[in-house]
Amino acid sequence: MKKVFSRPKSIKKNPFHYCPGCGHSIIHRLIGEVIDELGIQEITIGVPPAGCAVLAYFYFDVDMGEASHGRAAAVATGLKRALPDRIVFTYQGDGDIAAIGTAETIHAASRGENFTTIFVNNGVYGMTGGQMAPTTILGQNTTTSPGGRKERRDGFPIHLSEMLAVAKGSAYIERTAVNSPSNILKTKKAIEKAFRTQMKGLGFSLVEILSPCPTNWKMSPVEACQWIDEVMVKHFPLGVIKDNSGEKKDAH
Amino acid sequence: MRGNHAIAEAAVRAGCRFYFGYPITPQNEIPEYMSDRLSKTEGGVFIQAESEVASIHMVIGASMAGARVMTSSSGPGISLKQEGISFLSALELPAVIVNMSRGGPGLGNIAPSQSDYFQATRGGGHGDYRTIVLAPSSCQEAVDLTYKSFDLADRYRIPVIILGDGMLGQMMEPVELPPEIPVKKLPPKDWTITGAKGRPSRFIRSLILDPFEEEEHNWKLMRKYERISKEEVMWESFSVEDAKMLVVAFGIAARIAKGAIKRVREEGLKVGLFRPISLWPFPAKVLKEISRRVKHLFVFEMNMGQMVEDVKLAVDGGVEVHFYGRPGGIIPTPLEISRIISSYYYQKKLG
Repeated sequence: MKKVFSRPKSIKKNPFHYCPGCGHSIIHRLIGEVIDELGIQEITIGVPPAGCAVLAYFYFDVDMGEASHGRAAAVATGLKRALPDRIVFTYQGDGDIAAIGTAETIHAASRGENFTTIFVNNGVYGMTGGQMAPTTILGQNTTTSPGGRKERRDGFPIHLSEMLAVAKGSAYIERTAVNSPSNILKTKKAIEKAFRTQMKGLGFSLVEILSPCPTNWKMSPVEACQWIDEVMVKHFPLGVIKDNSGEKKDAH
Repeated sequence: MRGNHAIAEAAVRAGCRFYFGYPITPQNEIPEYMSDRLSKTEGGVFIQAESEVASIHMVIGASMAGARVMTSSSGPGISLKQEGISFLSALELPAVIVNMSRGGPGLGNIAPSQSDYFQATRGGGHGDYRTIVLAPSSCQEAVDLTYKSFDLADRYRIPVIILGDGMLGQMMEPVELPPEIPVKKLPPKDWTITGAKGRPSRFIRSLILDPFEEEEHNWKLMRKYERISKEEVMWESFSVEDAKMLVVAFGIAARIAKGAIKRVREEGLKVGLFRPISLWPFPAKVLKEISRRVKHLFVFEMNMGQMVEDVKLAVDGGVEVHFYGRPGGIIPTPLEISRIISSYYYQKKLG
């Protein structure tokens, strides 16, 4: 019988610890598929974050070196500069990359560091229990923005991908989501393009992925996916933000 | 050579090809020298990072990849690097970190000071860990210890701190440089993450959620620290044989003390010097042995009294320990110190 669906080679046979309906497991799988398809498992090095995906080294079957909260871009810089012919990616959440790691990220992009960042945006600090994140949208309820985020009290959310697109050293930046089959396919294409951008040595590449967090959003998985479509993408519009890859623009 | 330049050159000769730093006085000559030297060296990488925090994490990345890597800073910058130093310790990654310390706390000033002794020798960041701390007192020793520190870092997979001060960094002395080690001849490392080609994938992490596993990891670190405490203790003694009083000082303060001791010896005072070179591990055992013969210890530091605690722990109440310190970036002269030494010497009726 023909096998039509199996675990990517670059994903270990460990059950994910993620909550039901969480986007991390989908994103892990997409990265694993891309690594397999590009044939780069043996030369890829991942930098997992602090946060829900901190245990990513139990799931990716590639070399991985853990970074402290927010410092993945600096660790990846050191790795990639020491091993310029390897493929280096960081995997970071919104709190990690857009709050504590803002400086490291902006400067890595500015220097045109040739690695890829997967930026998972679910608008909350997931692992610590759903506190307000830099990407929490106005009106969104979290454990530290009671009654909903208010600009006068909590400030505005940060659009980090747009900020990074301004940096001269960034080559490819796209925002996608994993809340529907078509968006998942687009996300995979974006991840692949980001890795290819790195393989061509063009500079910093990043895919921001809007990802459901039903547990901390206090929604069912289905409601969480709908909320991305109905609310979140209004604040964080999907699409290519910057593309210096020289590749033909994808139809999506 | 200037102390800062000498350290940088020694590092390159030890096989260091990666330097990540951030400007702060009085150590700026290290990044300046490295930017030039590494740009002319095969495989050399220099990055002036956006912060000390970023630079120490770049060090982590390059160290994970197996490279010999260094960063340098001064007090306020070292505080920022402590986050990464704790991680280097937990991840068991080799690295060399130079602290050309200055007057503190806060921004303090840029004058030479020894006020970072506690920070350096007690780990400095969060968690239960130690780093090897070496304190040179001349440009030549700065060269030799920097060169050696890369071997120590690799051998024990531990961060090594070179603790100097603004005076050591800025002063110029003739030095003899060691031969350049070809990077290809360095011993291979079997724990690095370089891509899982032809072997199972590896990961390096410091998050150990299971308390039993974390305890085991801490015991493992402790066993390593015990081994280092036995094998890597370094000190110098001077005029100890007939001494009735022993000055204990490290780094530049020991240099000043040595000048002072030469003066008081000319007047017939029997004073010797004990200089810890490795501040961690502290040469406690040998100091205790010497203190069985010499009953009066005079600790001199350019701070308000930090190493004196280690001296007291070492002699364990066996002898009297007197302290004289000058904080804030003041450099006392050998003449000044000689007067204070002799007044204490006569006060104790030793002569």
